[in-house]
Amino acid sequence: MNENMKALSFKLRKDTVDIIMAGKGGHIGGDMSVMDILSWLYLKEMNVTPGNMEDPGRDRFILSKGHAVEAYYAVLCEAGFLDLKEVTEKFSKFGSQYIGHPNNHLPGIEMNSGSLGHGLPVAVGMALAGKMDNRDYRVYTVMGDGELAEGSVWEGAMSGHNYNLDNLCAVVDRNRLQISGNTEDVMKQDDQIERWKAFGWNAISCDGNDFNELSEAFAKAREHKGDPSVIIANTIKGYGSEVMENKASWHHHLPNEEEYARIMKDLDERKEMAENE
Amino acid sequence: MNKTANRKAICDVLLEKAKNDDSIVVLCSDSRGSASLSPFFDEFPKQTVEAGIAEQDLVGMAAGLASCGKKPFAASPASFLSTRSYEQCKVDCAYSDTNVKLIGISGGISYGALGMSHHSAQDFAAMSAIPNMRVYVPSDQHQTRKLFEALLKDDKCAYIRVGRNPVEDVYSEENCPFIMDKAMVPFGSVDEEADVAIIACGELVKPAVDAAAALKEHGIKATVVDMFCVKPLDTDAIKKAARNAKAVITAEEHSPFGGLGSMVSQVVGASCPKLTYNITLPDTPVITGTSQEVFKYYGMDANGIASKAVELLKNV
Repeated sequence: MNENMKALSFKLRKDTVDIIMAGKGGHIGGDMSVMDILSWLYLKEMNVTPGNMEDPGRDRFILSKGHAVEAYYAVLCEAGFLDLKEVTEKFSKFGSQYIGHPNNHLPGIEMNSGSLGHGLPVAVGMALAGKMDNRDYRVYTVMGDGELAEGSVWEGAMSGHNYNLDNLCAVVDRNRLQISGNTEDVMKQDDQIERWKAFGWNAISCDGNDFNELSEAFAKAREHKGDPSVIIANTIKGYGSEVMENKASWHHHLPNEEEYARIMKDLDERKEMAENE
Repeated sequence: MNKTANRKAICDVLLEKAKNDDSIVVLCSDSRGSASLSPFFDEFPKQTVEAGIAEQDLVGMAAGLASCGKKPFAASPASFLSTRSYEQCKVDCAYSDTNVKLIGISGGISYGALGMSHHSAQDFAAMSAIPNMRVYVPSDQHQTRKLFEALLKDDKCAYIRVGRNPVEDVYSEENCPFIMDKAMVPFGSVDEEADVAIIACGELVKPAVDAAAALKEHGIKATVVDMFCVKPLDTDAIKKAARNAKAVITAEEHSPFGGLGSMVSQVVGASCPKLTYNITLPDTPVITGTSQEVFKYYGMDANGIASKAVELLKNV
């Protein structure tokens, strides 16, 4: 099943690249790194479907690294919330609802985001509401690693711990690159596992581009009681094509025709390999 | 004359309504005492959230609670709530359309000698500039009570600014004809034959009422409009009061820029141009003192408002 997810993830990356090409811009590098996390959450982990968005017992999700919206759109299309053809045609176009960051007027999106450092405090509030109402839903948020420089992330980390929110799981897309370069050169992060542990969180490390490891990490988070969990998902920015991989310049880069052709060819090859694994 | 702090009226309403509504949640940022909300924390501990000294987290958590069906009231000093967590107010509350009521306590220059770090002279402008954010500035305990009863019935976000100090009643328990988003006129209706229209909000309403009484003794007719709804502004009330007046005065505990005065001037200028003067705090850190001392110094008390009216009427 996880192998099928891998093949599917390369298909979704192709959809993402096409959305970006149609809209003439997008945060392609982080879209590629976070794709496996998002697709696992929406297609395997969370009890969130187009049919249960009014159910107060549904799981909650906030894409705190809102700039990865193109990957989010592709996943929401696969999960049945949105129509891929419509998203691709309208993304970033005049008057469109499909803007460059999550917009909660669209099905499947709980909260608007875009400015970094907002998702965790909001997720803490959602998790608190679940505890107050004795509901067993879980709350997930995905942050970028560059985003961890925002002070509000650590305010949320403190309150998540203070209120023992074991129904809360944060995920860090640890691709080690941000727009200006290496995260360790821009603002040192040292050992994120130690940092989150020091804030009282159950900190789990995994390969964020490996579905078996993601599956295990989310299971560990689910089973842990008494503290919120964070998954430091080590990923590769631009994952899926050597044209983009581990290149900070691809944080927000529109492929030219030649690059587009190579990226799609690489994604096709990796998809085929995954299907044959 | 009764003197009660508006913050106390807020707690009274929330205590009363929470008895039958467990979706009401009160959040503070180490500010429950300043907000007069300690009784709520004591009586409904399961309906409270302490954020610690972390205003961004305070507002973000409130938005998360609201998105899950709660009715959060987040109270923090207006100075910090309207600037430190401004982006959370914009993105998590207004933009995401969550039912968060943001209570800016100890607003304006309530903190007196504590200095500009603790003063909020920019909050009307900042909050009003956010699409989908409403701004309310009640004048006394009776209006505050009615305002919060109304806010409990809607599901949109709003910023409410109240002061720290006890304020004299403008209305009474029996006579507070409150209608949501409609300006109030103390003791009656707009006098369309008045010489001067005085449009005020918050703690400047009572001085405006006193100024009108003093002017009457000098044969000058003034009509006072209590614009507690800074946004959405009651433009009809402004036009009605200003249309036949010779001059318009606004009075507010705010910077000269972007507050009630700016907004009223926009309406008057566009619909019935009149000589208009905005009584505000100055565009500098204010002089050290209590609210009353500072108001008097800058001509924001009854005497200052009346004197300004006399001066303006000489020039028209």
